[in-house]
Amino acid sequence: MISLSHFRYLLIVPAFMLAFHSSIVQADTLLMARTTQDFPEAMLKLQETIKNKGYVVSRVQRIDIGLTSSGYKTDKYRLVFFGKPQQIKELSDQYPHLIPYLPFNISIFAEGEETLLVMVSPTTLKENAYPELDKMLETLERDVKEIFAIMRQDN
Amino acid sequence: MPSPRTFLVTLFILIAGHSHSIHASEDGALLYAQNCAVCHGNHGNGGVGVPLALPDFQYAVTDRFLELSIRHGRPGRIMPAFNQLSDKQVKAIVKHIRSWAPGKPISFPTITVEGDPAKGKVLYQQNCAACHGTNGEGGKGTGVTFSRPRGLPIIAPALNNSGFLAAASDQLIKATLMNGREGTPMVSFLKQGLSEKDINNIVSYVRSFENQLSANPVPRENELAHTITYESDYSVEETVAAIKLAATGKNFRVIRIQNLDNGFVEENKEDDRKVIIYFCNFEMVNDALLIDPRAGMFLPCRVTVVEKDGKVSVHAINPKWLSYLFNNAELNRLCSEMLQTYISIIEEATL
Ligand code: HEC
Ligand code: HEC
Repeated sequence: MISLSHFRYLLIVPAFMLAFHSSIVQADTLLMARTTQDFPEAMLKLQETIKNKGYVVSRVQRIDIGLTSSGYKTDKYRLVFFGKPQQIKELSDQYPHLIPYLPFNISIFAEGEETLLVMVSPTTLKENAYPELDKMLETLERDVKEIFAIMRQDN
Repeated sequence: MPSPRTFLVTLFILIAGHSHSIHASEDGALLYAQNCAVCHGNHGNGGVGVPLALPDFQYAVTDRFLELSIRHGRPGRIMPAFNQLSDKQVKAIVKHIRSWAPGKPISFPTITVEGDPAKGKVLYQQNCAACHGTNGEGGKGTGVTFSRPRGLPIIAPALNNSGFLAAASDQLIKATLMNGREGTPMVSFLKQGLSEKDINNIVSYVRSFENQLSANPVPRENELAHTITYESDYSVEETVAAIKLAATGKNFRVIRIQNLDNGFVEENKEDDRKVIIYFCNFEMVNDALLIDPRAGMFLPCRVTVVEKDGKVSVHAINPKWLSYLFNNAELNRLCSEMLQTYISIIEEATL
């Protein structure tokens, strides 16, 4: 009889399929997802998911400081900056047009009881002058789509 | 605990069932979740987009209206055109949307509504402009109010929009004006005291928006650079200080200055030749979020100062590129302002 631990590998297969499956999103200018989790839960899960994909979350920035005092009814709006240390260094050294987009970031904000996630599609940052960048941007885009697919799984 | 064999079989069924749904393009619920839910809500309750589940909406629009809306989107009003979906997929999405309010499929005769657009224009200004805008450009912002304090629970859609006009037949527009849509700010204008003739005149005026569409409401990608870049004759420290001063002078509050790799490497190993300055202005933030809550992703404003091979340069995103990304013409004005702000701050600092 085979021990159950062998089946862990088998489990990974459907997990992958599920992830890819829900990530067949159109090629678009923005990557977006909605999760039924509320903001604090979604914030935690997003950071964890980013880390599990092998990225570092470098900082969480509020964009709403002072918003509530000016009539806006939420303070639930953050930017989650992330990347891979070596990659961030290389990209900022070699590709000036990427500098203002670094570190990469996902915006996360509450919409009622639910939470939305938005990021610029990395592939929109392709430039003809740097064809060697395409692959890296495509990988990043695929990773973010997978992160968003995981975020959507609670729906 | 199931035996490994049962387990395997279950897995197999899961995978098989699953990949079945990958190939069956008619999985409307899934396609909706992937393409529409982020804006219209998982159950069509609305969000950045208008509600789609309301019975009065469902019973007022044809399948064709829904299909064409998906195909054309709403150029310049956030909703993208879904050209990459197959006809089957579009129909599957429509079927899914219909599952929220089953029954009563509607179709309208394809008869053009005859009316006097000049008279319609007067009536439009009196009865519609307050919500739909003087030229049919739609209300400020879109969709359903959540956190953003706004005038209406649902923001009136744009009527001078090529996507709307391509999707909506005369009879559909007329029926909307005659009946209104319960549960939304759009009331029946018959009940408001207008005659059917008045309504015909307004419909022909709304149709005439087709002749005044701006060809290209949002800039095209290839017209725009991703970033703006300036050279500075000063040191990194001097340039950062100068940007701080210039931003403050323009009514911005500098909220943070950090090295680009802060949070990625140990603090004493950070590269202080790449510095980000964050600054913000509440009014601008408020304005942007009201128009498009997604625009927060480029706030607070940020400028990066970099020294490479002894040369110092200053980098910022090109805000005009945003209105392209967001398919939101309302952001155009704001983005132009933001570009001017960036340029004036950076020019002042690098002069
Ligand atoms: C109080 C604000 C308000 C007024 C006044 C108003 N509308 Fe509306 N209208 C709305 C809203 C909100 C919706 C969206 C309803 C929905 O979510 O289904 C709407 C929907 C519509 C639609 C359907 C649009 C679509 O995309 O399906 C048409 C057409 C329309 N209005 C035309 C008019 C005309 C013409 C007038 C004047 C006779 C008018 N409206 C007056 C708020 C208003
Ligand atoms: C990025 C956000 C976004 C996405 C994604 C999106 N929409 Fe929309 N949609 C909107 C907005 C915003 C409007 C209203 C436009 C206006 O205010 O003028 C709208 C309008 C519509 C309308 C017209 C509603 C009316 O009252 O006439 C339909 C139908 C519609 N969307 C269906 C869909 C479907 C189906 C999908 C997925 C295939 C989809 N939308 C994806 C944002 C979106």
